[in-house]
Order: sequence, then C-alpha cells, then structure tokens
Amino acid sequence: MDKHKFLELPKSPPVDQVGVGDRINRVQSRSIKKSTKMEGLEMVLSMIDLTTLEGQDTVNKVRQLCAKAKRLHEPYPDLPAVAAVCVYPSMVAVAKKELKNTGINVASVATAFPSGQTLLDIKLDDVRFAVDSGADEIDMVISRGKFLQGEYNYVFDEIAAVKEACNKARLKVILETGEIGNLDSIRKASDIAIYAGADFIKTSTGKIGKAATLPVTCVMLEAIRDYYFKTGTQVGMKPAGGISNAKLALQYLVLVKETLGDAWLDKQWFRFGASSLANDVLKQIAKQKSGSYQSGDYFSID
Amino acid sequence: MGRLKVLKTYKLYIGGAFPRTESGRYYQPKAEDEKPMANMCLASRKDFRNSVVAARKAVAGWSGRTAYNRSQILYRIAEMLENNRAHFEEELILQGSSKEEATAEVDASIDRWVYYAGWCDKYTQIFGSVNPVASSHFNFSTLEAMGVVAGICPEDHALLGPTSILAPIIASGNTAIVVASKSRPLSSISLAEVLNNSDVPGGVINILTGDAQELLPHIGAHMDVNAVWYLGNDAAAWKQLQVDAAGNLKRISDINSDKGLMDAGWETPYVLKAFTEVKTTWHPIEVIGASGSGY
Amino acid sequence: MAKDNKKGIFEYSAAPESTGHISIKEQYDLFINNQWVKPQQGKYFDSINPSNENKLASVARANDKDVDKAVKAARKAFPTWAKLPAKERGKYLYRIARIIQEKSREFAVIESMDGGKPIRESRDVDIPLAAAHFFYLGGWADKLEYAFPGQNVEPLGVAGQIIPWNFPLLMAAWKLAPALACGNTVVLKPAETTSLTALKLAEVIQEAELPEGVVNIVTGEGDTGAALVNHPDVNKIAFTGSTDVGKLIQRSIAGTGKKATLELGGKAANIIFEDAAINQAVEGIINGIYFNQGHVCCAGSRLFVQESVVDEVILKLKQRMGNLVLGDPLDKNTDIGAINSKGQLQTIKKYLEIGKKDGLEMFQPKLTIPKKGFWCAPTLFTGAAQSHQIVQEEIFGPVLAVQTFRTIEEVIQKANNTPYGLSAGVWTDKGSKIFNLTSKMRAGVVWANTYNKFDPTSPFGGYKESGYGREGGVHGLEAYLKLS
Repeated sequence: MDKHKFLELPKSPPVDQVGVGDRINRVQSRSIKKSTKMEGLEMVLSMIDLTTLEGQDTVNKVRQLCAKAKRLHEPYPDLPAVAAVCVYPSMVAVAKKELKNTGINVASVATAFPSGQTLLDIKLDDVRFAVDSGADEIDMVISRGKFLQGEYNYVFDEIAAVKEACNKARLKVILETGEIGNLDSIRKASDIAIYAGADFIKTSTGKIGKAATLPVTCVMLEAIRDYYFKTGTQVGMKPAGGISNAKLALQYLVLVKETLGDAWLDKQWFRFGASSLANDVLKQIAKQKSGSYQSGDYFSID
Repeated sequence: MGRLKVLKTYKLYIGGAFPRTESGRYYQPKAEDEKPMANMCLASRKDFRNSVVAARKAVAGWSGRTAYNRSQILYRIAEMLENNRAHFEEELILQGSSKEEATAEVDASIDRWVYYAGWCDKYTQIFGSVNPVASSHFNFSTLEAMGVVAGICPEDHALLGPTSILAPIIASGNTAIVVASKSRPLSSISLAEVLNNSDVPGGVINILTGDAQELLPHIGAHMDVNAVWYLGNDAAAWKQLQVDAAGNLKRISDINSDKGLMDAGWETPYVLKAFTEVKTTWHPIEVIGASGSGY
Repeated sequence: MAKDNKKGIFEYSAAPESTGHISIKEQYDLFINNQWVKPQQGKYFDSINPSNENKLASVARANDKDVDKAVKAARKAFPTWAKLPAKERGKYLYRIARIIQEKSREFAVIESMDGGKPIRESRDVDIPLAAAHFFYLGGWADKLEYAFPGQNVEPLGVAGQIIPWNFPLLMAAWKLAPALACGNTVVLKPAETTSLTALKLAEVIQEAELPEGVVNIVTGEGDTGAALVNHPDVNKIAFTGSTDVGKLIQRSIAGTGKKATLELGGKAANIIFEDAAINQAVEGIINGIYFNQGHVCCAGSRLFVQESVVDEVILKLKQRMGNLVLGDPLDKNTDIGAINSKGQLQTIKKYLEIGKKDGLEMFQPKLTIPKKGFWCAPTLFTGAAQSHQIVQEEIFGPVLAVQTFRTIEEVIQKANNTPYGLSAGVWTDKGSKIFNLTSKMRAGVVWANTYNKFDPTSPFGGYKESGYGREGGVHGLEAYLKLS
C-alpha cells in the first residue's frame, strides 16, 4: 500500500448511466471474427479464475476442479491453462497441492466471504490463514453495509489493512456491485478500493442475483484508467458471475481493449470469475477449428 | 378671446425615451378637413438602427421575465389605455373615425391587450409538447421568443394596428419595433406614452412614425432583426421583403394580413406562435430498477 | 496507451457485411406516375462508391421538361390523394414503413455503398429511423385536426423536396412522410451523389401500391433542383442543404406565395463543464463530431471545455480517437467511413490546411488510409478561438475545434456567437445549470448530457441562419398544412 498512501482520495466523477449504455452498445456492435476470434477465445481461457465457492465443496470436488484447470480439453493440449482456481480458504491447501508446478495460481476468497459481516480482526485472520495456506491471490469483499452507511473511511482503512495482511499475495477487492446501488456508487467504491491498495477490483461474489455486467465493468475500467492517467500505475479488473458464454466474454475483451488498451489484455491485469464459461469457450474453439456446432457431451464437466 | 390650446408634440419612441428623429425631417399627415394634424417625425434608417440597438439590448431581460410578470405588464397596458380612453377616442376621431368607430376601436384595443396578456403564461402549454422518443431520454419542445421583431402597421386603425402587432409579439418575450400607419400615426405615439407609464421596460417596444416604404428595405436587410411582420398590402414591397430577408434568413410573416383588425377571428394564439421558435431539449433518463434487467 | 504496449493484440479482423441479396440496377430512370421514365435528353450520370470509386449505377439526369412532367403528375394526383379518407392515406404510410423494415438490410448495404457511411450507422440509425418516420407519420394522417386546436387544416398541394447526401434515405423519409400524411403530393429530388436508396424507395412505393403520381422522384444535379424550385405549379419547397443555397431558394421564390421550410447549415457548440460525467461526455463528443464522418448539419464541431478539465478531456479524446476504426464502410467494425465525394474531401482538406496555417495544433490518430476512395482521418484542433476560420465556418467533415472557457457567462456568449443556430450540446451533472444553459442556447435542438439523438417524435430544425420550419414531431406537420 506504500505507493498509494500519500495520494488523497479524489472526488469521484459522476457517471451517466444512459451514456454508459450508449458506449456499451458500441462495444457490443464490434464484430469479432476469424483470427481475432480465435485469439480472443484463447485469451479468455487464459484469464479465467475457475471457481467453486459452495457450502457443499469437498476435497474431492476441489481436486476435480483442479484436474479440469490443468487439462481444459484433452483434444487440444496446446490451449492455454486458466489463470487460477478460486476456492474458500479451507480448500487452499488442497488446490495448492494439486496445482503445484502448473503455473496456475490459487486464489482464495476471504474476509467473511460473501457477506463480509464480521469484525476486522476476524477478517484479517481469515486472510492470513489463506495466505499461509499458500494462496497466491486473495479475493476480499468490501463492507457494503458500512459503505451504504456512508462510512467510506472505514471501508478504505479495512481494504488497506487487508492489503497489508496479504503480504505478497495479490489483492482483488470485490465491490459486490449488485448491492451498492447505482453506477455513481460503483465508481466511488472503485476509487476507494484502488486508492486503498487493490491490485484488482472485482464486481461480484456471484452469490446474489445481480452479477457482472458490461456497464458496471465499463465504469470500473474508467476508474482504473483515471488512476492510471494520474499515477502511471496499472490496476487489474475482474468481472465475476453471469459471464457464461464466449460471445459475451469477447465483448468484455473489446471493452478492456478500447478503454484501457492492449497492456491490460493479459491475465496479469484482467480475469473472468466464472465456472461455466470455459466450456462454452472451448466449444467455440472447436467450432472454429472443425466448422461444426458442438455438443456438451464432448466437453468434460468438473 | 378664449384660451389658446396647448398642442401636443409627437416624437418617436426608442429605448424608453422620446427622441426626435435624428434626421430632423418631419411630415404633416392631413385630417379629413385637409388640415395638418401634427408635425410627425419622418423616421430615418438611422432611427430604425437605433431602435434595433435598443430592442436587442432589451431582449435578454424581457424574455427572461416570468410569463406571469409579462402577463401582468400587458394587462397593465390595458388598464392604462382604459384610463386614457377619452384621449384616444378624440385622437381617432381627429384621424377620421366616427364617434362610434372610435369607441369600438378603443374597446377592441383594450380588449386585445387583455387577450394577449392572458396568453403569456399559456401558449407554451398549448404549443409545447413532451415527445415520447424511442430511447431512454426525456424530450420536450417548447416555444421561445425569436428576439427582435419588426412590424409594419396597416394604414387603417391607428390604435388597433400597433396594438395588434405589439401585443402578440411581446407576449412571448420578443422585443418590438413598429412602424406606424403613415396616414394615421398619432395614436401610435400616444400609445407609446401609455406604454412608458405601464412598467414596460425601455427598449421592449419602439415606435417609429414615417414612411414604411422608405424604411422597409433597411428593415429587411438589417442583420440584427430576427423577424418581420408585414400587415401592409403592397405586393411588390412584400416580395422585396422576402428577397431582402434572405440575407440573414430573418423570419417574415404576413399572418392575419387577410383578416380585418376588427374581425372576430383576428385574435388567435397562432399569431403569437408565428414569432416564436420551437426548441427541443433532450436529456437521458436513468433506467434503474426496471424489472430484473439490472443495469 | 499503457507502457509496454505490445502492438497488434486482438486487432479486429475484417468483418464485411455481405453484398449478396441486394439488387442495384445498372441504370435508373426517373420515377414519374409510378413508372420508370427515360429522361427527355437521354442523359445519365454515374453514381459511384466513394470508398473505392467504383461505379454503382447510371442515374438519369432530369432537365426542366422532366421536372415539369413530374410536377404535372403530382398535380394530377393531388385532388384524389387529398380527398382520400385520411385513414387510408395513413395506411399507405404504414405499408411503406413495413416494407422498409423488411428490406432494411438491403437498404443499409446500398446506403453504405452509395454514400460511404459505416454499415453500423446505416443499419442501426438511418434505415430504422426512416421506417420509424413513416410509421409515426402514418398515424398522424387521420388525426391532424387534433394537432392544431381551433384551426382548419388543408394540404398545400404539390411539394417540391430537395434532400442532401448525408442521410439519403432518412432525409427522404423526413420529407415524404409528413407531406403524404398531410395529403400533399410530392416531387422529390435526391442529392446527385446519393440517389440510389431514394430510387430503391421508389420500388417500395410501387410495391406499396401508392396511387400513381403521389410520389415522383427526379434525379439530377443543382439545375434539376432549381427547375423544381422555380416551377410555377409547386406550392411548397422543402430543402435541406447549405445555407447559401437556402438563401438562394428564398430569393427565387419571393413573391410566388410558395411556402418554404429550410433546414440548413450549423456550427454547433458542445459545452463540457468540469462537473460533467467526463467519461460519458468524451463519448458524446466523439459521437457528436465523428458520426457519419462529420457530414451532419448538427455536428458538435465547436467544443468548449472548461479550462480546469481541458487536459483530461483532450487526453481522453485522443485515446478514444485511437480506437476509431477507419475503412471499408461495409465492415461492421468501421467507425469512420468514406468521405461522400471527392469535392467534399477537397473542402475538408482545405480547412485542415487553414487550421494548420492559423497555427492551431492538429491531432489525428495513426490510421491506415485506404489507397482508393475518399478518406479523412478524424481530426482534432486544439488552441482554437472564435476568431479562427475553422471555428466560424461549417466544414461538414470529421474536424473538431477545441476552445477553452472560464465561466458560464463567457461560454453562453461564445456558443451563441455564430450566425447558425441548429443545435447545441451541454454536459454538466448539475440540473439547474442544465436548464439555464439549454434555455440560453439559441438553437433549435439542444442535447444535454447526450448528443446526436434523433427521433420521429422530436422536432428538428434551426434558429437564425440554420433555416426555418421543423421536421418531426407534431411541430413538423405545420410545414405541410394550410391552417385557417
């Protein structure tokens, strides 16, 4: 958090929702074909945080997920691997062992995911446990209740404290955009998270109805861009939840490319939090290679 | 020998003041008995230019008044006219009206001010609209004043002529310059005296006497005039005005020139509308909370 | 924009719209009385694709005798058309609207080939809006008495309509739909560089079984338009085009009793305050000036930026301009298509030279300009002032001049400091400031926190030298009716 410490949190600019919608219409009208489509589909695969975050998660379930992460589709061994596997803290050690020497990171949610409704000390313990268990990345949730009460300093300080507890792990800050209101609030929460030291900002837990959307992501990317213009420091972005098909994922890439530029088109700076996206992308890749539309029976489910 | 009557001096009305024409020229309109009624100013193009300067200066303030306030001022004009009706009747008779005609014209003039006083805060409700565009925008059209409008009075009806031109023009927030009837100019200047006592800000109404045909080419070609209302009956002059007006595309209208000023159908809000512009404004409407669509 | 920006990641491959399933005839005659009629002198001119200079079709050149023939057809058709039950008249318009929708893809492709505009715009804006205009006005045909309380309404007679090349089919719809709904008959003259979609519309009119003579289309250049304007049996002239020609038209019809509406040039101010939603404003500025290569009379070509945010706004504008794709109008990813004609390209280039000569700083993103065809990269001039020629004159191209301002008073004065008054834009998050600014702009259309939006229900037209009369909405009907 050192580099952020001396920057005063600026007043967030207003956001016009209809204007954002107009922008998204332009993004969605981009036609992604041929080699660009192939390139994009492979890029999407490389950016996926393959995720299981269920009360019913078991050791074996996590192992199976890791198996999928390592070999997405047997017939195409040259495809890139996913970026990370995302699990609860209790499963970090399991995933870490399964993914040893694969280059695939282990991400862990923490800070009383998904509600965040507990004390700061407990949240910090949660983070430290995940990091000590080997997590490369921590996905924290902000205190939406505090945010909605207007306690922005609390939210800021909490993120800064979690960042410190992360040590070398990269911190993704989940805003849970579906709970914090309109695009103006989302912009404000993005700024708080970025200035408090987030390495990534992330839309959603995936645990409520409203998950990632293109307009929400657009606003968060604008916050990242404004910060970059001001400081020259890159911050990553992770839309999560609701992105289950390849076409939509490619539109996210267009949005990233046109808002932030090619430097962000890398798993270092952009991720998809998704569980079923990978197979749809694989189907599209198979379609591109074979020319035939595909059936789910030919793509492994884990 | 009886008392010698003090005669009235008729001057121009420009910018809330009563100057003589800068040209120093005058003319003598004749009464029925061929006697000169008065020495009237024969306004020059420079008087017109000065009027435009005064009228332009007054646009922002007058159009910025509330409609209610403009309405009250127009009504005040009617009150003042009523108060001075004896003088106006006398002057109309001097200019050739019968007693009955004079009474009827003063009645009609007072009532016309009242009529347009009433429209000040209503015409945008009749002629404006909220437009249901097929996108997430609030869109409305309303009428705005054009700015500086010049009017050429018809030769008949010395009082009702300038009244009928001025009332609808200024009701919407325009400022006005009228050229009085050449043969019957007295009432226009008497009207100016009423206006000057009626809370009408200086420059909102300017009245020139003289020869409209002489002034018309300068009116048509003036680049700072937004519109001209022609109620004369000279086809060649009307055509020339259309040619001259192309210079700055000032709006020109002969609305109601086919109707008598005393006709029952003269009074409509459409003459007011003819000297307004339609402005349409767009603004986005946020869409949040629509059924299940999220953002 | 970022450090270690590797070139060529995820660059968009070509995605051209197919030109299959469209039909363009080799030669188009004049459309009179629902028939294709050879021009009296037998002369034709080429309509070319401005993106590759290939010939698309030969188009008839009408002279005054051809125009007379068309006006006579319209005159003959007028009494029956005007007396047709209004409901039935409206139903013809609905039919036309539906057929345009059914053939929208074909219309869009031809529009982009003939005029050079990106297929995204012809597909998403021009053609759907053209259909929507017929649909909207179809509904007015039997309700006109409600539009003008206390008035009797009658059609004017024969309307002569002259339309520009920037929105060929859409402008034809803006002109034809209200004229027909109000019971007039029409002689329409398309712009010489973009006649094809109007001629395709003639086929729609045949298909809709509109009575013969109700709509006649005469193609040609300026002299054809002049013959229409000066024809003694035309009751109404509707013109969209340059202010110079508009003035010429007003002078030529003076004293004839012909009614006119003129939709002319513009040099719109687009004003951005420091409290605006700047990221959306930047998008709005881009859409305001680079939409349709800036061939838009209401283009926001004078940008006023509050000094406190000028660096941020210009940085973001330049970044956004770098994402604009210039090229094949039929490519679905194209943002900037071809300039409509060689002549227009020369005009734009002349202004670029003037801007540079006047010492303004010019920015264009790095783009590959195709070898054939007419192209101009999106252009930004900074350091502009009201005194500069590129700020005063309508360029009608993708050229934005940026000025800074300090106070509201200053920017209101400067925004209105132009003979034009078609449109204006205002960007601020503060409601009371919006209403102050929108009411002070001397312009017929004011976009607040948006720009370049159009709708059949929304009146369009200018103040001052941007012309008079309105098109669209209830206010657009008045242009085609006699009230009494």
